[in-house]
Amino acid sequence: MIETNEILQTMQMIHEQHFDIRTITMGISLLDCRRNTDAETAEYVYEKVTRVAKNLVKVGEELEAEIGVPIVNKRISVTPVSLISGKDPLIIAMALDEAAKQVGVNFIGGFTALMHKGSTRAEEILIEAMPEVFAKTERLCGSVNVGSTRSGINMDAVRKMGSVVKRTAELTADSDGFGCAKLVVFCNAVEDNPFMAGAFHGIGEPECVINVGVSGPGVVQRALMDVHGQPFDVLAETIKRTAFKITRVGQLVAQEAARRLNVPFGIVDLSLAPTPARGDSVAYILSEMGLEMAGAPGTTAALAMLNDMVKKGGVMASSSVGGLSGAFIPVSEDIGMIEAAQAGCLTLEKMEAMTCVCSVGLDMIAIPGDTSANTISGIIADEAAIGMVNNKTTAVRVIPAPGKVAGDTVNFGGLFGYAPIMKVNNYNNDEFIERGGRIPAPLHSLKN
Amino acid sequence: MEKALVSVTGVDKPGIIAKVSTALFEMNINVLEISQTILDNYFTMLMIVDVSNVEAAFSDIAKRMDEVGKQLGEVVSIQRADIFDAMHRI
Repeated sequence: MIETNEILQTMQMIHEQHFDIRTITMGISLLDCRRNTDAETAEYVYEKVTRVAKNLVKVGEELEAEIGVPIVNKRISVTPVSLISGKDPLIIAMALDEAAKQVGVNFIGGFTALMHKGSTRAEEILIEAMPEVFAKTERLCGSVNVGSTRSGINMDAVRKMGSVVKRTAELTADSDGFGCAKLVVFCNAVEDNPFMAGAFHGIGEPECVINVGVSGPGVVQRALMDVHGQPFDVLAETIKRTAFKITRVGQLVAQEAARRLNVPFGIVDLSLAPTPARGDSVAYILSEMGLEMAGAPGTTAALAMLNDMVKKGGVMASSSVGGLSGAFIPVSEDIGMIEAAQAGCLTLEKMEAMTCVCSVGLDMIAIPGDTSANTISGIIADEAAIGMVNNKTTAVRVIPAPGKVAGDTVNFGGLFGYAPIMKVNNYNNDEFIERGGRIPAPLHSLKN
Repeated sequence: MEKALVSVTGVDKPGIIAKVSTALFEMNINVLEISQTILDNYFTMLMIVDVSNVEAAFSDIAKRMDEVGKQLGEVVSIQRADIFDAMHRI
């Protein structure tokens, strides 16, 4: 029999500590939608997505009501569009955006190109179309994989993405460059990530799949309050136990959603994903560990431990763990990170160090609008190098907010939150970026 | 057996258990266990119930519980007990 204190603990997690299922993401393969022209392909894409995902939102809402835990987002990820597109990817992008609106999901991910070793013509066309696509669509997200541990870093892609990010910001200048919030540049991108903006349905995935992302920074923070002043061993154990409980609910929801939608269950993503709500912050967990603010010396060590313990607790709670599975440290989506950046305690360089030990990278960081394309490429190259050498996923999602300078604030609203514009190191790197070519894969890529 | 949890919170007053149990009885829901505490006049009641013999959809039960809550001036909700088992039992 379940005991009263256990029931109350669960209810407190949900009602007071912001515990929720962050997303149920349905992955849909579009490989069978390719036709002779992009216009025909777009028709088939729209038809397939609206048919397969017809009940996704309804089932999500039913589960939410019955199990009693909020399911914040219902989303879709699709096969990287560059695998089915030709000269006019925009028309497919518009079809995906319409399909997302039709089935009622708030985001659809997969306007993606995987170019870590080189690029096809379709991929070149797709990334060139990105600025216009993210300005004209509302719910479509996309990503580009520019490097991997196995293949090195495609520096031509890195160079191009600097200016793609820049132009995306310029075309969405009326919303402070919000288009860039829908675009992620990855190294070692994963095929089953349920979180936006980087979700896509990899080619190793089945026809259709359900992936679930849980979240509960507030729950972890609350649990740590009870072990104030205790040594790290106790801290580690507490995080592990909490992560286990959170993940078990993710597993329950994932299995139940998969059953009701008659789609195979894929993975549970163990990431701790913050929101701008007070008490739903990863940075506050670091503060609870004893740091005045995120960014204070010790931050990287604290984050490394947090990330590892979440995995250790979560992995036993789910039959299949995947996706990104690590603590997210976006700036604009985390109140503690926003405060630390505003106070000047958290700098871009410190964040780079933090991304070495956690998921996923320089995320939702607003930078001055006059930052050059090559500087952005340099930031992307640095992150990709961290991912490549450490055999982990890293990403860059920066927003060069047009007309804004360091110290200003941009507000994206809702889950995207608001962010102070962070200072960027502007020393020149033109010659470095313009070399092009490929940085070869590291020695440890040769494992066979 | 399909178990669910009914929770009632609010200010203590006469008739809470009566009203909630009557509504459950009318929907053929069997009460398995009740626990109740009052802290500073703040009433919390948890009922584990069996919903296997119910004909109505779960959303209809939830709607009915919500109505009972509004009549009483309390917050009454029902959710499947699976989440507690998942979280606290291996």
